[in-house]
Amino acid sequence: MEHVIQVQNLTKIYGKLMAVNHINFEVLKGEIYGFLGPNGAGKTTTLRMLTGIIRPDKGEANILGFNIQKEPLKAKQNIGVVPETSNAYVDLSAWQNMMLMSELYGIPKKEAENRAENLLDRLGIYDRRDDKVNAFSKGMKQRLILCMALVNDPLLIFLDEPTSGLDVQSTHLIRDILQEFPEQGKTIFLTTHNMDEANNLCDRVAIINKGQIAAIDRPEKLKNMIKKLKSIEISFDKALNTKNLSELPHITQIRKKGDKFIVFTDNVDGLIHSLTLFAESENLKIVTLNTLDPSLEEVFVELTGDA
Amino acid sequence: MQINQYLDQLKRSLGIMKKDIRIYYLKGPVVIFGFLMPLFLFLAFFIGSRDMPMDFLISGLIGMTVFFTATAVSPVIAPWEAQVQTLERLISTPISITTLLFGDMLASFLFGILIPILPIALGLAIGINIIYPLTFILGIILAAACFSSFGLILSSPPSNAPSNVMMISSLVRFPLVFISGIFIPIEKMPYWGKIIASVSPLTYFTDLTRYSINGTSYYPIQVDLIAIIVFIVVFFFLAVQLHKITIYKRI
Ligand SMILES: Nc1ncnc2c1ncn2[C@@H]1O[C@H](COP(=O)(O)OP(=O)(O)OP(=O)(O)O)[C@@H](O)[C@H]1O
Ligand SMILES: [Mg+2]
Repeated sequence: MEHVIQVQNLTKIYGKLMAVNHINFEVLKGEIYGFLGPNGAGKTTTLRMLTGIIRPDKGEANILGFNIQKEPLKAKQNIGVVPETSNAYVDLSAWQNMMLMSELYGIPKKEAENRAENLLDRLGIYDRRDDKVNAFSKGMKQRLILCMALVNDPLLIFLDEPTSGLDVQSTHLIRDILQEFPEQGKTIFLTTHNMDEANNLCDRVAIINKGQIAAIDRPEKLKNMIKKLKSIEISFDKALNTKNLSELPHITQIRKKGDKFIVFTDNVDGLIHSLTLFAESENLKIVTLNTLDPSLEEVFVELTGDA
Repeated sequence: MQINQYLDQLKRSLGIMKKDIRIYYLKGPVVIFGFLMPLFLFLAFFIGSRDMPMDFLISGLIGMTVFFTATAVSPVIAPWEAQVQTLERLISTPISITTLLFGDMLASFLFGILIPILPIALGLAIGINIIYPLTFILGIILAAACFSSFGLILSSPPSNAPSNVMMISSLVRFPLVFISGIFIPIEKMPYWGKIIASVSPLTYFTDLTRYSINGTSYYPIQVDLIAIIVFIVVFFFLAVQLHKITIYKRI
């Protein structure tokens, strides 16, 4: 089975709004696949259709070889889901939540207890296992939800913005765990609007905007798509403002960023010359000068047309 | 293969049941509507009609209690879970909607057979005799299953506010009590009253309870039993069909 997820013409309509509009894509076994898009792009709606939580109005999705509409139970048996909103049972303890999930996946008790122990321990909440989830912080809840999504040792894991609103520590913990999955032949589908996450974690990224897919490729290749838009980061030993620089040749756009300037150009060589000439004539010293590749963020802004 | 699959799903519905018991039995409104309500109704009625025989009153109280307790939990589960956003998690797991509802029904069912022990004990304490205990127990079990399925139907409108659903279900449950021969014996009802009473499942259970206590009933008890079983099947099937449509609208 090469394709773990196969999506054809998947569509969801809310009233007059095409929340997801005839999208097509495949996810390969062992991939970390990112679904990147601005708020309201249709990421959650897509993920919910893929996991059988809502029904598409058109099109179909094959998950691990099963049509999620026609054989939902078989498809769901080997997937794990971290939904967008935190939703463990707050009246139950972390342990009870884990046991409930195990029962719903039909996992034998002994095995379930072993797994729950390992997972809770790995995510640093084992000591709090008998506390009601009510008393958990947001980060702890999110970690528990990841544990709950992994009780069935899934082959394919769906995560809807798994690290949004978490501190650096929790974020890194979760990312570290996710990064181990491809080695075990497991596949990850995650939505995010965090460029950094998509850039560092994903093998491939689909950029979705207004319900349609704008591009699908490896992060580096996506960046190449707009390579023409080069930029240089420069700083001087004295304070300047953008006006001082804006008259120079080869500058298409200029932005101040702290004590540095980001200068966009279509002629890197010419720009460096004019910047050094400028520094000489004004008696300034250049403290830093870096040429920058376009970031995934710029690709994203370019493709989606808003920030 | 097929059988195994059903057994497997049945086991998973026990997981749902356990969760429901842990969460919903402890919620105030559920207990109040389930247990205290019939008690207050009974007391009000008791004070107003001293001329009614005690066994008539007690069988009415038992009927009401089974009815209110079995329909106390099941209507609120679906809207509650949607509101606190645990429903999405449940739907993402490999259980069918039938499994999910069956688990909810079991939780309600247990509530519906455990709580009525209180009015039964009360009845025994004041000297009421149960002359057909086996029929009585069978009746309670079937009735609890029937009423909890009925509760599932009440929860099918896709409203995610438990208070809305509780209001709807109260609007349905109270009138049912008044047409089911609890306060007025069926034989004293006018013809149209008898017709209306015959469509209420509670009528048959109340009738069966009276039979168990004093040996007299309006319908033959076979009719009572069969009617309750038919209601169970119809209610549960209908609940599954309705929830299959509305559950996706809750997300
Ligand atoms: N249940 C619903 N009813 C009506 N409209 C909906 C519903 N769910 C989503 N939408 C609409 O569909 C569009 C896509 O929503 P979706 O939640 O998929 O976006 P998203 O990409 O996940 O955004 P975010 O980054 O904010 O999570 C939005 O315009 C949203 O308002
Ligand atoms: Mg979303």
